[in-house]
Amino acid sequence: MSISVKNINKRFGDFVALDNVTLDFPGGELVALLGPSGCGKTTLLRIIAGLELADSGTVLLEGEDASSTHVRERQVGFVFQHYALFRHMTVFDNVAFGLRVKPRSQRPNEAVIRKKVHDLLALVQLDWLADRFPSQLSGGQRQRIALARALAVEPRVLLLDEPFGALDAQVRKELRRWLRRLHDELHITSIFVTHDQEEALEVADRVVLMNKGHVEQIGTPDEVYDAPATPFVYGFLGAVNLFHGRVDGEHVTLAGHAHRHDERLSNGAQVIAFARPHELDIVLDAPNVEGIAATVIRILNFGATSRIELAGDADSGAPAYVEVETSRVRVRELSLAEGSRVRLVPSQLKVFEQSPAATEGAAL
Amino acid sequence: MAGAAALYVHAAPRHYEDNPATRETPWIKWIIVGISLAFFALFLLLPLTVVFSEGLRKGWAAYFAALIDDDALSAIQLTLIAAAIAVPLNLVFGVAASWSIAKFDFRGKQVLTTLIDLPFSVSPVVSGLIYVLMFGAQGWFGPWLQAHDIKIIFAIPGIVLATIFVTFPFVARELIPLMQAQGKEEEEAAIVLGANGWQTFWHVTLPNIKWGLIYGVVLCNARAMGEFGAVSVVSGHIRGYTNTMPLHIEILYNEYKLSAAFAVASLLAMLALVTLVIKTWVEWNMTRQTSHGSVQDLPAVLSTRGAASGDK
Repeated sequence: MSISVKNINKRFGDFVALDNVTLDFPGGELVALLGPSGCGKTTLLRIIAGLELADSGTVLLEGEDASSTHVRERQVGFVFQHYALFRHMTVFDNVAFGLRVKPRSQRPNEAVIRKKVHDLLALVQLDWLADRFPSQLSGGQRQRIALARALAVEPRVLLLDEPFGALDAQVRKELRRWLRRLHDELHITSIFVTHDQEEALEVADRVVLMNKGHVEQIGTPDEVYDAPATPFVYGFLGAVNLFHGRVDGEHVTLAGHAHRHDERLSNGAQVIAFARPHELDIVLDAPNVEGIAATVIRILNFGATSRIELAGDADSGAPAYVEVETSRVRVRELSLAEGSRVRLVPSQLKVFEQSPAATEGAAL
Repeated sequence: MAGAAALYVHAAPRHYEDNPATRETPWIKWIIVGISLAFFALFLLLPLTVVFSEGLRKGWAAYFAALIDDDALSAIQLTLIAAAIAVPLNLVFGVAASWSIAKFDFRGKQVLTTLIDLPFSVSPVVSGLIYVLMFGAQGWFGPWLQAHDIKIIFAIPGIVLATIFVTFPFVARELIPLMQAQGKEEEEAAIVLGANGWQTFWHVTLPNIKWGLIYGVVLCNARAMGEFGAVSVVSGHIRGYTNTMPLHIEILYNEYKLSAAFAVASLLAMLALVTLVIKTWVEWNMTRQTSHGSVQDLPAVLSTRGAASGDK
């Protein structure tokens, strides 16, 4: 089922949670709402579910205005960050709950319920836990039961609010892959909220990046990662280095280094430029070598790659902290060590003309 | 009875005695234990035994005669009636009030939370006087009530009203922190799954607050039956008509019918003992339920406020 939200506004007192948000979620996709905490993503999800009321704007479920539809009639499945399992019921009763509270005329008989619950528990691979209580399960198991419970009523859409937020890293990775497989099996329209960019990029068909109540960018994981639309998106998706500079004809001058650009930038404009750690090449400092001057502070090795932390030369206007990722072989070739003087040459730069608003959101 | 009772005991070291690093020297331990036991024996156990021994001083026949005396029976009956009306009403009110405070946001919520405590902070005599001033012959509604031949003060309705007022915070006080700690996520989950309001309350909320509710009702009942001050002001002490058990005991005592007074008092004392047993059982169930694993589900340490016992 498709979901659209149109011109949604929501305030909590003076705090603007959602500022005129309009979005379309086509049917059958798994979409991630990604953003830092307080960006309004959970509020948007709860408005779609009907647990929160927007100040203005409409929610369309399959083209129909759902504003006056009660939560229990919207046929949404909702998975909570802290599971919200009924603690006094067994796993079986938790999953059966949605079926047992149906009006008598629509309620399946107990045999049908039993079969359905066992099928769902088999789907989440926890059939053997049917008689346990939630408190006897691990976090990952609880979240899978919560998902089975949400699916029991055959919802038209599945909404997941930071479903893996309360789990430890190992379990989180496992459940991510599992959720993706489950979605490929069921193809139910799903929206999940997360603040973890890795999670969003790994699991979702499409990613909606949000910041301060606005939508910053919508796209496939590759699109948003490779072509970030705003400095905020660039900064939020992975580690970046930020440089300040100026447009000088066909070049952008950064900390004494001139970098050719082919974007439409007005001459003389102040710009900010981003380069990811792997987009900076290190060359040894020598006379006539172009690049941003810096000094190696620390070299950290992770398997075949090295992360090099550098201090830019303050005189040239380079940032105080730069991070470069390169192969360990390269580090050995250059015989880099702490204190080495080097030049950094960006192989790729994303340049944004500077406006006060643009720099504000850029996290580093 | 009463005092503060920590219902949710967090993972405190249970056997720090076993651990040499935390063990105290024996004499400190024995002094502290000794002081508490001596205090307990002198101020609690001794009076309790006195009540029973004084009641039985003239033998079992006199003891039972004091209990089946007409005035005693009518006092027992009135006490039961007052409790039977006050406790269910306060149960309903307590659940409604704590539900609205814990699950809804509305104007005046803070005021309501504070007002619920009013009967705890006002002296029972004052509570009684409030009703006399409102419904008494010279009170606000006095003339109107007289004109319609309705008697509240110095009659059963006044006693019931005073009892309701005095016992009104017990259930709500018990439930509010519990419900606040549990949050509304489970209710939201139930509603999203299609449950209506009643189903949500009956299948989700009520089982979660069950033990807190029973605990509150037990305390509420004990206080309802034991209340003296407020009831004394509104009752008028009409023998066989507006005397409750505590008032009846006072009258007997003032008339130097000591063994009869203590016989009736022993009934109240037994009520207190039964209350304690139920209370202990409920507490045991509540800790079992929480230690049953839901420690992370129930983050707050709820130390329930002890019910300041009746003034008898």
